[in-house]
Amino acid sequence: MDKSLYNQDKVIHRLKHYLPAQAPLKDFIHHNTLHAFQHDKFHAGLHKASEIFGYKTYLQLEEYRRLFKEGKINPENLERAITSEKGQNSLDTWRTNLLNKKYDTNIYSRIGKYRNEWKNKYHINLSKETHPILFRIIGGFLDQGIALRYFPVSGKGFLDSIRELEKNSFQGLFKNKRPKELLLNPDLKIEKLLQILIGDELLYEHYLFDQQFEHPGWSGMVSVIEDNPASLSDKKDISLHDFIALELLLEIDALDSKFHENWLPLGMRIEQKPEPLFEKINDNELFEALAIWQEAYEWTYYDHALAAMPNINPKEINPLQKDTFQSIFCIDDRECSFRRYLEDYDKGCSTYSTAGFFNVEFYFQPEGGKFHTKLCPAPVSPKYLIKEENKKSPRGKDVYFHKQTHSLAGGWFISQTFGFWSAIKLAANIFRPSLSAATSYSFRHMDKEASLTIENKTPEDIIDGLQIGFTIEEMADRMEGLLKSIGLVKDFAPLIYIVGHGASSVNNTYYAGYDCGACSGRPGSVNARVAAHMGNHKKVREILKTRGIEITETTQFIGALQDTTRDEIDYFDETILTEINKINHEKNKQTFLKALDSNSKERARRFALMDHNLSAQAIHEKVKLRSVSLFEPRPEYNHATNALCIIGRRELSSHLFLDRRSFLNSFDYRVDPEGKYLLGILKAVAPVCGGINLEYYFSRVDNQKLGAGSKLPHNVMGLIGVANGADGDLRPGLPEQMIEIHDPVRLLVIVEHFPDVVLKTLQQNEAAYEWFNNEWIHLTAIHPETKKFYKLKDGVFSLYTPVQSVLKTDTDIEGIIETEQENIEPFVLH
Amino acid sequence: MELKILVQIFLLIPLAGFIISLLIPHKKELALSRIAFYTAGGNLFCFFIFIAFWLWQGHPTLDIKDVSIYQNSEYEFVIAFLFDKITAVYLFAGALLTFLITVYSRYYMHRESGYKRFFNTILFFYLGFNITIFAGNFETLFIGWEILGVSSFLLISFYRDRYLPVRNAVKVFSIYRIGDVGILLAMWASHHLWHENIIFSKFQNYDLVQEHLQAHTSLGIFISVMILLAAAAKSAQLPFSSWLPRAMEGPTPSSAIFYGSLSVNFGVFLLLRTFPFWEHQPFVRILIGVLGIATSLVAIEISRVQSSIKAQIAYASIAQIGLIFVEIALGFETLALIHFMGNAFLRTYQLLVSPSVVTYMIREQFYNYEPRVQTLEDSFPKRVEYSLYLLGIREWNLDSFTNKLIFTPLKKAGKKLDFLTYRNVFYFVIPAYLISCFFFILKENKIPLEIHRYLPYVYSFVALLMVLKSFSERKYPRLAWLLVIFNHLWIALAVSFNEQYSFSHSVIYLSGILVSGLIGFICLQKLKNSEPDYFSLNQYYGHIYEHPKISIVFLLSCLGLMGFPITLSFMGEDLLYSHIRDDQFFLAFFNALSFIMAGISLVRIYARLFLGTHVKTYHETAIKSS
Repeated sequence: MDKSLYNQDKVIHRLKHYLPAQAPLKDFIHHNTLHAFQHDKFHAGLHKASEIFGYKTYLQLEEYRRLFKEGKINPENLERAITSEKGQNSLDTWRTNLLNKKYDTNIYSRIGKYRNEWKNKYHINLSKETHPILFRIIGGFLDQGIALRYFPVSGKGFLDSIRELEKNSFQGLFKNKRPKELLLNPDLKIEKLLQILIGDELLYEHYLFDQQFEHPGWSGMVSVIEDNPASLSDKKDISLHDFIALELLLEIDALDSKFHENWLPLGMRIEQKPEPLFEKINDNELFEALAIWQEAYEWTYYDHALAAMPNINPKEINPLQKDTFQSIFCIDDRECSFRRYLEDYDKGCSTYSTAGFFNVEFYFQPEGGKFHTKLCPAPVSPKYLIKEENKKSPRGKDVYFHKQTHSLAGGWFISQTFGFWSAIKLAANIFRPSLSAATSYSFRHMDKEASLTIENKTPEDIIDGLQIGFTIEEMADRMEGLLKSIGLVKDFAPLIYIVGHGASSVNNTYYAGYDCGACSGRPGSVNARVAAHMGNHKKVREILKTRGIEITETTQFIGALQDTTRDEIDYFDETILTEINKINHEKNKQTFLKALDSNSKERARRFALMDHNLSAQAIHEKVKLRSVSLFEPRPEYNHATNALCIIGRRELSSHLFLDRRSFLNSFDYRVDPEGKYLLGILKAVAPVCGGINLEYYFSRVDNQKLGAGSKLPHNVMGLIGVANGADGDLRPGLPEQMIEIHDPVRLLVIVEHFPDVVLKTLQQNEAAYEWFNNEWIHLTAIHPETKKFYKLKDGVFSLYTPVQSVLKTDTDIEGIIETEQENIEPFVLH
Repeated sequence: MELKILVQIFLLIPLAGFIISLLIPHKKELALSRIAFYTAGGNLFCFFIFIAFWLWQGHPTLDIKDVSIYQNSEYEFVIAFLFDKITAVYLFAGALLTFLITVYSRYYMHRESGYKRFFNTILFFYLGFNITIFAGNFETLFIGWEILGVSSFLLISFYRDRYLPVRNAVKVFSIYRIGDVGILLAMWASHHLWHENIIFSKFQNYDLVQEHLQAHTSLGIFISVMILLAAAAKSAQLPFSSWLPRAMEGPTPSSAIFYGSLSVNFGVFLLLRTFPFWEHQPFVRILIGVLGIATSLVAIEISRVQSSIKAQIAYASIAQIGLIFVEIALGFETLALIHFMGNAFLRTYQLLVSPSVVTYMIREQFYNYEPRVQTLEDSFPKRVEYSLYLLGIREWNLDSFTNKLIFTPLKKAGKKLDFLTYRNVFYFVIPAYLISCFFFILKENKIPLEIHRYLPYVYSFVALLMVLKSFSERKYPRLAWLLVIFNHLWIALAVSFNEQYSFSHSVIYLSGILVSGLIGFICLQKLKNSEPDYFSLNQYYGHIYEHPKISIVFLLSCLGLMGFPITLSFMGEDLLYSHIRDDQFFLAFFNALSFIMAGISLVRIYARLFLGTHVKTYHETAIKSS
């Protein structure tokens, strides 16, 4: 090994670490946009990210000041934030700084400066010369089915394919001899190319960062696909190394075209070396101020929730009175209001929630499907396959997506026939939107009439290394886990609904992000149905009995899917119900319907173009139309405004109006005194809810660089990503339309358990602990007996007393819904 | 008779709609979308009533010689209208699609910061659309044509805080400008062919056309080729095709009607409109047919390798338009009209539903995936197959071709003029101009005829140099601006040396120029005073973010200075051309070139100073490649 200053593997590894990690569209999963900085404390990471990459990581200083004036940041919370960061003594100085001091708020980033020297010293715009062709080539190579002609070379790596193409075409990719020869040399090394371009090993890494971060979208996509080839159905052998090599070759080509090999490497022409990218970040008072503002802003909001939470007597539990029904939902923040309405319309029911795959992890294969779909959280690798059989409903087709429309003769014929029909179709969709083949419709995920291979017949029944269905023992394990983690271990109601959720939308490239995150961006219908089947299984119940869970014999589980966009619900396998449960079910269905109407109305308060005084039913009809309207960029607001996650019994939150801003996970500390199940919950909550929350946060504070900008001009590239226009880079992150109502606050996780148990539990899992300890998520424990709060800071829980003492209460939810359009702080319902 | 009066409704409604939409505050989303709704809807409604009457009266061709704006003994500037089958079809397609798109955008554009701008521009476009399709002569058509160009620029650069939309808007505007020259020169040659301001309906008169053409065969061909140039640029035919996918930078519905359907079919319209004129020139028909076929074949090959959905639709549409060119060349007017409508509807719809392609195709793929489907090209020899693929990926080098052919040489030429600094303009150009003006006063008797004959060429060449330098100026916006003003002054002088010429024509021509020039200069001065560090032409500064008012005034001055029909200079331009004799081809050519370059240069100044990513980074800014 030579003692080179430049270590290629290390640099590429580092690049991959910092590049955006968004998967192709079909597997859209929320994640922390700045995951690369997660080893730092939140504020330090944000400062660093901004100084190095030029991201905006907070609201603007002026925005905080405005929020303060509007009363959205409480003076007392601000004081506390200052004191905690700067100490009591500098309170006055810092208050003046925060409110009035003038700061230079321009963003000066380290990235990009070096590569910019091409323009200054050589008067050449390399990006303009290389980007269009680079993006087209990589787009063509990774394309999943837009182009009519495939990339002509298949089964080879990226650079090998390019090589093959170059060797066998009349006019190759390059205009000059040198890059062509370099490419055709099978020993091509990035280092060699850098030597030609840069010439100074000290600068190689910096240059590659500059270069790749001029199009982080494509580079990030390449990196993600390299690490996870299964994220494409039509697999491609791609690596960031190959991609960089091609880009360097294109750059050499462009320079050769202009200067005919008569040019000095960039490193030789630079007098002043640029500041190293990852050098220590100097203190910057502005970022200290922003951090304090952010803390004050967040705690003003949290304070309302915390103040309201414990002061109410828990719902009186009468052990003799049985629940009319129980219902298990997903942890998703969108279920928060729906549950409230259910409990309101049927005071006897109880609702629970947990991660929406309901502890059953498997791959699903719809009948006729050529691939498996993972239906559990993304990091889990299931060993089971569940197949759909005897499907009844056919798939719809749409001629307008047909490839013939793009051919010469086909286009000639189709434009003069179906062309006219398209005007009618367009008018029809504009004036009377309806479901079409192009709609992503949650109930289409699984055919309700089809059967599923849930039960494993013999362990030899294996396809692609996956066992078909679960054995009885395996089912029992999963049911035990499910029920114990939510604390539902006795007093079973006659009917227990397991309600998965999905979403419907049309013309929405982010559709996967609207479905259930715990099911890898798919609707949770199959999981709900599978879990219900397990719960109903006699033998499973026998085993559960031995583990201390005695499910009443007359109790029946029923799976269901709720569509969060349309506020519709459908139930599976209703035929198995006993006579008496059928009657109960019919009654409950009415409750569900009523709750869905009201839920719609509550959601609709955020839709500005709606008449909010209409009846719940009328609004519900309009809400449904949004999911099938081509012209509706906001079929629903998805996770926007999320801010809290409450892990504990429903009694903690059932009296609160949380404005759909809270993830809810049922958990009973009495069932889990040692925190065994709590660990499982926290392990999932941190990446899933934390990932959602931070993606919204960063897309909101810098929608241009960390978000996807407005989605209105988006152009689909290769079915894997979106770009603006024809020449643009891919745009990871969330579009403006998804985050516009979001208040950028971190997630506050509130756990109902003894603080020492919570801390001990959390420390068992390093990855999860990092999220909390580095403050990318706030953690508060609520002591189950004293009802006092303990806030985690620097690895220690310390007492937190809410600022608010006078509690806001209100009874008239409907009135608020009809008049208020902004985000609402938590308050107590009466 | 009543029908003729009714025709005006189709222009007055969009005009009123556009003006009202300008007056509505930008927060009033509902009012803005209502205006657009009633404008397009009203036109559509009137269309149905009108068309019923028209058919009932036996669908006559209506020509309406409306207003004579300026008249003297040998020249008349007339606004004329024409309504026939072609207009009817375009009117229907335009009104219907615009109507649907405005309803669509009411919700789609909700909360977008440029909501008002969007509807203003759509209505402005729609006004231009209707003026163009109703135009009864080249002059009227040119007014509409210019509006289309400017509204296109505004819509492509809708997301003006990003770099690529702005760059592409300038690019598309430049190519449109080349097309405009086709019209301008066709207009010039027509004056000499017909010795009058010809109206389109006279093309129907076979004997009349033949009589004129026989006397001037080459002039006839020249006019036809210029028309084809204009049509090819506007309809993205070879070699201009690569602008179309690059134009799709605005919100999807605007891309859908502009570049999917209406705007891109204006070349088709122009050919249909002038068909009777070149119908009997076999050479022209063959040329159009060959161009159409060639475009179709190239565009389809490019379309087949696109992995970007909008670019794919764009090229597929270009291919169909190529076929429509062929149909027109073959004389199948009705077929071409049907094909145009079907293609327009189809592409609009496909673009609108393009985001759904992800859901739909991924589902299709999930059920029907086959590793590799054989395509036609797979049966070719490997070398051909691969080369075709690479050519397609490179868009047959069309983009670099247009750059190399047109812009690079101009830029290079401009760089040779680096001696034209601010100071030199004052020391040399102004004195030279004054001396020349003095010559003009003397011209009757003192200047030898030999010299006198060449002076117009010299002056128009100097004019061209001015604008070349302006176009390639990298540093000083005010210098670039002054040079454009001087360009006009030299042109006016050049033409005034030509034959008997009334001074009032120059006044008409220069009136708008000088006023716009002065206002624009004041804008630049103000901007420089408040942003001394960010004032050059070397990059995009995005000053519209902080100086919206200066920006709008400056944009209007640019339009005035480029001869856009908001000042009398527009008419003066036509007037000036009528003084260029039909044997003075080079004079016409120089002036036309000046005209293109001045427009491009002005848009460049505007774009660099006011559009693009804002230079100040205290708020969110996009990266360049996004």
